[in-house]
Amino acid sequence: MTAFLNHFSFEFKTGLRNRNLLMTNYLLPLVFYVMMGFVMVQINPAFAATLIPSMVVFTMMVSTILGMPAPLTEARSQGIYRSYKINGIPALSILAIPVLTTIFHAMIVSVIIALTGGSFFDGATPESWGAFVFITLLIAFTFGGIGALIGVVGSSTTSVVMLAQIIFIPSILLGGMMIPLEQLPESVRWISALFPATYAMEAFNGLAYGRETLIQPGVALIILAISALLSFGFAVYLFNWDSQNGTRRGNPLLALIALVPYIAGAIYINL
Amino acid sequence: MNQLAIELNNLRKSYGEVIAVDQVSFSVPKGEIFGLLGPNGAGKTTTLECLEGLRKPDSGMMRIMGEDPARDGRRLRNLVGVQLQTSGLPATMTVDESMRFFTAYHGVQPRYDLLERMDLLKKKGSQYQELSTGQKRRLALILAIAHDPLIVILDEPTAGLDVASRAELHAMMQELKNNGTTILLATHDMAEAEKMTDSVAILLKGSIITMGTVREITAQGSGFTKISVRTEESRLHEDEIEFPAVSQRVIKNEYVNYFTTEPGVTVSSIINYVEKQGDRLIDLRVERPSLEERFLEITSERN
Repeated sequence: MTAFLNHFSFEFKTGLRNRNLLMTNYLLPLVFYVMMGFVMVQINPAFAATLIPSMVVFTMMVSTILGMPAPLTEARSQGIYRSYKINGIPALSILAIPVLTTIFHAMIVSVIIALTGGSFFDGATPESWGAFVFITLLIAFTFGGIGALIGVVGSSTTSVVMLAQIIFIPSILLGGMMIPLEQLPESVRWISALFPATYAMEAFNGLAYGRETLIQPGVALIILAISALLSFGFAVYLFNWDSQNGTRRGNPLLALIALVPYIAGAIYINL
Repeated sequence: MNQLAIELNNLRKSYGEVIAVDQVSFSVPKGEIFGLLGPNGAGKTTTLECLEGLRKPDSGMMRIMGEDPARDGRRLRNLVGVQLQTSGLPATMTVDESMRFFTAYHGVQPRYDLLERMDLLKKKGSQYQELSTGQKRRLALILAIAHDPLIVILDEPTAGLDVASRAELHAMMQELKNNGTTILLATHDMAEAEKMTDSVAILLKGSIITMGTVREITAQGSGFTKISVRTEESRLHEDEIEFPAVSQRVIKNEYVNYFTTEPGVTVSSIINYVEKQGDRLIDLRVERPSLEERFLEITSERN
């Protein structure tokens, strides 16, 4: 337990000491939230309805998908995991603790957004705070798992950034955060169904706000939960201690299996 | 009861077409310091990394305290302390955090006494990225021994250390040995190996080319002992006198150097001659061939 607490405490502090992580954990989500609250709500007043969940999903994605993977890859290439391995630190801790601490940082920002969005920017507050908290936690683990998987399969910081952007940019554009899913052309909806943000927004809209949704919120939750399990499971399975040692337990392409729930979701949305 | 701390039998490890280690076998009795010597690329680090469980050998048998490090790595973590040649700690981790972090995973209390001894206590609050190369090496060593392991594996531990830290490290190694710890030391530094080890193996191109105590290895060479003599009148410089068992005479600065196979006989003849000539000895040194000389001899023969 002492080892876990020491490890957790160190990783949590790293999220504040490391400038890049400070940027992705706090500065970028909060600055973007304030900007969207001031500007976007004035340009499109309807955006106020989804301001809080959109910014929570954005925060989770920035922290876990943009911020977390690069330090995982760097630690491997700098031989840090070699030091960990010879001291008996399990791969599960090496992956789980950064995921948990990143989620912790993202939760702090999410709480700030949830508590201020209504009073500062007229953002709609959830009808069900219980559902809102539950979905926030679930998507934290889903994005955390995806971030860990990207960090594990990425061979360099550059490749990690590219992999993260492949998920991040389309999620912002097509994930229901800026434009509601029902307003997207039908031909584009199946593409948006390939990204986790879409299911996160549908779950928030359906369960926390009681709105009509295109995807059944329960199905969205199941897809997010399966994705979280698959992503983190494959991250642990494919974890490589040493960039100098090419031997892996499995081919990194196995990571694509983590996309299966979203492909199933895209098929479901077209039925 | 098995008295061997480390056993390696016909270890082989290749990287693609390149055979890094081939048929390497040695054993280290408990409580000894065993040196693994060799030039860059000889296979020292690969051998150590197989023993540490960081690499899986292609074939061969390895045992540390009777356990296979490739399969029973977890059971060995608290028995073995390792200082890697290339490793790192997170850039923002402080010295204090690293001590608490690793000792907690080994289930022991932090060893601030070791930080003090290696002059790192005052750097307790410094982040890893702020430490000098020498300080990083010292910290890595401290973390390797903080859990009082029975076996310590050190890969080039003195690289980047200043003279004082090096002396402190050697004193620490001696203390560990006196307490019964077995040490496997890979080094380029022949003087270090000569001073610290009970026995050594010299690796070249992935294979062991000789093994034994330093005395045994140096005795395998040309067998010449160097006698260096300096006298007041420098009579030995002038006279081309032949002394028994001497095969070569070289004058260097104030000294005349004789290379002999029978140092006792040669020394007494030199002293008699100097006295007869009315000259007076200022300095006389008898030097065995050093490990470094023997190492260079062996490696040049093989190359």
